[in-house]
Amino acid sequence: MKAGREAFVLTAPAVLLFLGIVAVPLVMTVMLSFNEWSSTVGIISVMKIGNYREIFSDVYFAEIFLRTLRISVLVTAACIVFGVPEAYILRRMREPWRSMMILVVIGPLLVSVVARTLGWALIFAGNGLLSQFLLSVGLTDAPVSLMFTETGVVIALTHVLLPFMVLSVWAALGRMDQASEKAAQSLGAGQFTIFRRIVLPQAMPGVLSGSIVVFTLSASAFATPAIIGGRRLKVAATLAYDEFLNTLNWPLGAAVAVLLLVAIILIVVGWNRLVERRYAEVFSQ
Amino acid sequence: MPGPLWGQAGGPLQREAEAVGLRLHAVCAKTIRRFEGDTLSYLALNGLKKNYGPVCAVEGVDLLVEKGEFVSLLGPSGCGKTTTLQMIAGFVEPTAGDIRLDGVDLIKLPPSHRGLGIVFQSYALFPHMTVAKNLAFGLEMRGVASAEIYRRVAETLDLVGLADKAERYPRQMSGGQQQRVALARALIIKPAVLLLDEPLSNLDAKMREEMQIELRQIQQTLGTTTILVTHDQQEALALSDRIVVMSAARVEQIGTPLDVYEKPTTPFVASFLGKTNVFKAEGKRGCLSLGGYDIAFDSVVEGHFVVSVRPEKLSLAPMSSQGLTGRVAMRVFQGNHWLFHIETPAGPAIVISQNNGYCVPAQNDQICLTMKASDLLLHPTVASAS
Amino acid sequence: MKNGPLALAFNALFIAFLLAPMVMVCLVAFTSETYLALPTNGFSLRWFYKLAEYPEFLASFKTSLGIATSSAFLALLFAVPAGITIARYRFIGRDALNAFFMSPLMIPHVVLGIAFLRFLSGLGLSGTIFGLVIGHVVIVFPFAMRMVLANASGMDKRIEDAAASLGAGRVTIYRRVILPLIIPGVASGFALSFIQSFDETTMTIFLASPTTTTLPVRMFNYIQDSIDPLICAISALLILATVILMFVLDRVYGLEKLFVGEGQG
Repeated sequence: MKAGREAFVLTAPAVLLFLGIVAVPLVMTVMLSFNEWSSTVGIISVMKIGNYREIFSDVYFAEIFLRTLRISVLVTAACIVFGVPEAYILRRMREPWRSMMILVVIGPLLVSVVARTLGWALIFAGNGLLSQFLLSVGLTDAPVSLMFTETGVVIALTHVLLPFMVLSVWAALGRMDQASEKAAQSLGAGQFTIFRRIVLPQAMPGVLSGSIVVFTLSASAFATPAIIGGRRLKVAATLAYDEFLNTLNWPLGAAVAVLLLVAIILIVVGWNRLVERRYAEVFSQ
Repeated sequence: MPGPLWGQAGGPLQREAEAVGLRLHAVCAKTIRRFEGDTLSYLALNGLKKNYGPVCAVEGVDLLVEKGEFVSLLGPSGCGKTTTLQMIAGFVEPTAGDIRLDGVDLIKLPPSHRGLGIVFQSYALFPHMTVAKNLAFGLEMRGVASAEIYRRVAETLDLVGLADKAERYPRQMSGGQQQRVALARALIIKPAVLLLDEPLSNLDAKMREEMQIELRQIQQTLGTTTILVTHDQQEALALSDRIVVMSAARVEQIGTPLDVYEKPTTPFVASFLGKTNVFKAEGKRGCLSLGGYDIAFDSVVEGHFVVSVRPEKLSLAPMSSQGLTGRVAMRVFQGNHWLFHIETPAGPAIVISQNNGYCVPAQNDQICLTMKASDLLLHPTVASAS
Repeated sequence: MKNGPLALAFNALFIAFLLAPMVMVCLVAFTSETYLALPTNGFSLRWFYKLAEYPEFLASFKTSLGIATSSAFLALLFAVPAGITIARYRFIGRDALNAFFMSPLMIPHVVLGIAFLRFLSGLGLSGTIFGLVIGHVVIVFPFAMRMVLANASGMDKRIEDAAASLGAGRVTIYRRVILPLIIPGVASGFALSFIQSFDETTMTIFLASPTTTTLPVRMFNYIQDSIDPLICAISALLILATVILMFVLDRVYGLEKLFVGEGQG
């Protein structure tokens, strides 16, 4: 029992802190989303579902949420397609290259997202690198700008989130016995078969957790869509920002945020269950 | 008039002659094999070398393996045995030398085309596949029809005693069972050679002994040529037709278990297999001088030598006898035998003597060690004394 | 199993993709023109000198430093006792508690920003440094906790038993046995939390006021209006500082261990 008491004493401060500054704000936000608002009076403390009704009925909101979903799915898919092979290639590298490559992959995560997205703004602009490159190669004959386009947002977000996918798959591959690849080789399998039937299934837990992180972060991304997408190409996070800090309609902003959170949780749980069932053998370790 | 001297058809003399003739033929055949080179051996390693930069991992292995033979590569860690196996398997590229299987040059082939069965130390089972799927994999790669795959999987599982475990996953099985799955997976493709990389080292002692017997039985049933890598000399002695003893990248000796144990050609082999005593001795005309004891030993030249003799070949005798004198430093009772540590002028000695009540000195007693000249093995001191 | 030429080419393209934007930023920062020319027309430090005319960036930098240090410190203050306990004891609700402490990772920063804006304005703290620090503590807490947990889990509990058998009381055991052993975890937890707090943009945008603007938020606001070599110069400096920090962290602790965990390849 002494251990129990000691555990209680040591964890209690953190629990109280969390209840105070995590649970309470969230509950308050949910409650706020049920309030009403008018431009003359401000926030009206009632509990009505008016905001939610507005979001679900107005096409404006549907378009934004759909765009957010579309971008997130594309970014997640791109991260899987490019991140999984890269993690595999990294695994097979010898030192000292491997440590260097890991640094290059993890490094961008430490750099502020604003600085990274600024770089993409430079590349995407009408007189930017991409445009100059395409002109010089002859693929277009007028300056091309990916700024304020969905494609630009997808590319920039993919760049920001790729390291998460690579790291996640890398961790999963680290738990794999490398001798199993040699065994498959000795049994007559070619490189591609080994990747498809031996490596990939064992990497699935990493693909799953990586895709959850990437999806969540891209669905709730703010800075990158704001800079690359601009004022007109809104996603859920910039919409919430608009309502909260421009229009000052806090209840509506809160409702958007709550819906975003719920949607993300539902999709992630569903995706989790789907993958775990499909690759059950690998997961029940 | 009677026919040639060795009799009419069917006569006893003729039978005698036939027997002699057969024996002569066998001797000739063996000789032919030895001199005609590797064309008759199944697996031939010629001058196989591996360097990693300035470091030499394998210095030059020459080995001819017969079809159906069980050969062990035995040695301490770092001696090059695993590297040699990896070269045969194709995972390491040799720096020099060649490998021929039934005359075919293996080095040109990638590991996926060599048709060898490999059991890895960690078993390397595919964790996301059932036992049946693990076994089926090699056959799938060869394009075997599913009905045939099903049949062969059942047959091979039966062979290793896992008939009812086909739908289990590797993580649901014990170490010994996993080892059998790894073996089955290698055998099901009917490999030309079976390569085993310390397959029993992860098992506990009792399981290891059981698996050793099973492994040998399966190998003999199938007649598969097998190469085993191990650091366990007891394992090598128990399982092999021949042992290749390796140390520090070199082959020390190749021979049958009995040969390698009873007639070690280098001090390393003598001390690696079983226990051995190593004494410094001086050769004089007609005898060998060991710490003051002169033993008659013909065909010895003058000079300094290293002499090795097995502990069980030394006998304890009272001080009055002719032998190497010494003091009992410690004695250890081991049940069916005694182990004595004796200090002699020729160096420390270990003596093993049966627990038959005969001549059991106490600690600090002075005794005499007797030995037969035929049990002594001479090695020149220039060669790597251990 | 080696990487073939195709694999190495893919890797090279991947690395190029990862580094391209940051390289661009650095290139433009050194331009000798008075306007944004892409990629760059000459080499000059003029835009770095021009930074001196914008003291607000330095002020924001100091603000960011202060907030990052305070929030990392505070987070650890609560995370260390909790982490030690979760790592070493089995008690009912242990897994649930762990999940609870890790939950901020699952909550989008935009949601946290809104929630805190509501919370702080309710308390009358909106726009204050204190409020901002509290928000950052929530965000970095899981990172601090994770590092302490990883370190404390690897510690052999028998060491405590040995100390107790030699006569040490509970407090002494904590002070002289447990705490010294988890210092690497605490240090890496601090480093990781500091970085996360310093770079945090989304939530801070909701909570910041003109007096409490952090560097990333000021940069973001600037970019909304215009993109010019000045902001590139600041970003380039930030990238340089991060790269240096990255090498230091790697040398001292190992970046892979920080982000992936122990015991890999």
